[in-house]
Amino acid sequence: MSDSLLLSRSVAEVAADIASGRLPRDAALDASLAVMESANAGPGGLNAVLWSDAEGARAGVAALTLNPEQRLAGIAVAVKDNIATRTMPTTCGSKILEGYVSPFEATVIARLRAAGAVIPMKTNMDEFAMGSSTENSAYGVTRHPMDHTRVPGGSSGGSAAVVAAGVTRIALGSETGGSVRQPAAFCGIVGVKPTYGRVSRHGLVAFASSLDQVGVFGTTVDDAALGLQVIAGVDPLDSTTLDVPVADYRAARGATGDQPLAGVVIGRPVEYFPESLDPRMRALLDRSADHLRALGAEVRDVSLPHTSLAIPVYYIVAPAEASSNLARFDGVRYGLRVEGDGLRGMYEATRSQGFGPEVTRRILLGTYVLSAGYYDAYYKRAMAVRRLIADDFTKVFAGGVHVLLTPTTPSTAFVAGSRSDPYEMYMSDIFTATANLAGVPAMSQPIGRIDGLPVGGQLLASHFDEATMFRVGYALERALGTEAHT
Amino acid sequence: MAALARLGLADDRVQSLVGELNGILEHMDVLQQVDIGGASLDPDATHGMRMRDDVPNPIVLSRAREEFAPSMRDGFFLVPRLATHGTAESADDEGDE
Repeated sequence: MSDSLLLSRSVAEVAADIASGRLPRDAALDASLAVMESANAGPGGLNAVLWSDAEGARAGVAALTLNPEQRLAGIAVAVKDNIATRTMPTTCGSKILEGYVSPFEATVIARLRAAGAVIPMKTNMDEFAMGSSTENSAYGVTRHPMDHTRVPGGSSGGSAAVVAAGVTRIALGSETGGSVRQPAAFCGIVGVKPTYGRVSRHGLVAFASSLDQVGVFGTTVDDAALGLQVIAGVDPLDSTTLDVPVADYRAARGATGDQPLAGVVIGRPVEYFPESLDPRMRALLDRSADHLRALGAEVRDVSLPHTSLAIPVYYIVAPAEASSNLARFDGVRYGLRVEGDGLRGMYEATRSQGFGPEVTRRILLGTYVLSAGYYDAYYKRAMAVRRLIADDFTKVFAGGVHVLLTPTTPSTAFVAGSRSDPYEMYMSDIFTATANLAGVPAMSQPIGRIDGLPVGGQLLASHFDEATMFRVGYALERALGTEAHT
Repeated sequence: MAALARLGLADDRVQSLVGELNGILEHMDVLQQVDIGGASLDPDATHGMRMRDDVPNPIVLSRAREEFAPSMRDGFFLVPRLATHGTAESADDEGDE
């Protein structure tokens, strides 16, 4: 079977074939490594893959004790470079962590391995996950697989590009304000941000701890649902995970009948459809809503009145937390050290040379909004407005709405270097940051194209109700068929 | 601010950063106009999130405790004898206990 043909089948099917011996155990890994080469995914090409470990992955596959319980038997999974692995560096796309190899592995990595997966590559990202284009990496810009002049989105742009280029069908990213959903939308794939507390953050390098979650990319809804199924669940190493049963996210994959969404209420928040929204994007969302109605769902307009405040709130809360979390990178404990005048001089020289411009900007912003005299005006007020944003979601879901449908991004993938104003770049997250602030699950899936570039539709659900979100996602994907990619 | 954040910045970089940060902060001013009277800052308010019981859990280490020390006895780390508890020579003689 050719590499591309093997990778055209769902992960669940290929893993089942490997687990049962119908396919050689190294078939999926070999296919991924071959496509990584042919797609030129590394430096000099897409620059989506920062570090690779083919030998280690092959050894991992050879050592597998195959059994039918392994849902990812022999499957290669790409992992964002801010998730700790022992076999490859974990640099967060930063010079300050150049060459750093973690002495332990993240819980999500352990769960992938326990399910039979292997990790042959780490992917490029905006430095410390701060960015929306993967232009902020110390290791160079990642290119959009369909148009190399454009960005793949960010901050998990490397993982999105790898899946979109067909190298792997599942990849891990991380979400703080939309860093999985936005690149998934730009690259025409599925991206999921779970409920805060659904997936362990142990081993995910902290950016903004009250917002961060590990997310999953998939070629299809089923690939993403399977990936989340494997990594979800309470973890004693992360006290913010909750012991809530993990539902069968793939339960709706085979739903048949004319009305698979009967009884489901879909809300369309009017604030996500401003007059300034590209009419072609609005039309694609309307088409999706029509499909959902035809599948039996009720679609109604709702209001999340504090939506427009999400970006100002996010860009106070996230930098505030980042300024604290990134204080640990001081030349003493990790990676880069630049000698200076005394201990303080060493700290300052290391951090100023180790951090890039966007990280420096956000650390300063976070330090400012937490400083005496400005704390009440900025941070405390932002936290109050964050509550209002979360309450908006609580009220809508309490009102009988099960899932919200919105655009994922205000635009398609933009040209690299075209957004030099920081705030203009921040506005890329305008439709995604709300889910992180409120802690609710959300996913992006392809719903069509504009000028040949992918457009993502976003589905959001109430806390820990990923199952209903996937139910709608499966139905919409099936109804759209090839329309999702044309 | 750079000193608080332990960042060493050149003077010309400081000037450009001041302009960039002021530009960003202007967009935050909208928050001053928001009526936050309805925003509960009650720490017990969960805002839809489920909270776990506030009870102590055992501290789970990502690595076995034994990996942190070169030697152990009866579940305790063995460390060098303190100099105040004997002469340096006798401590060396008696080993790391």
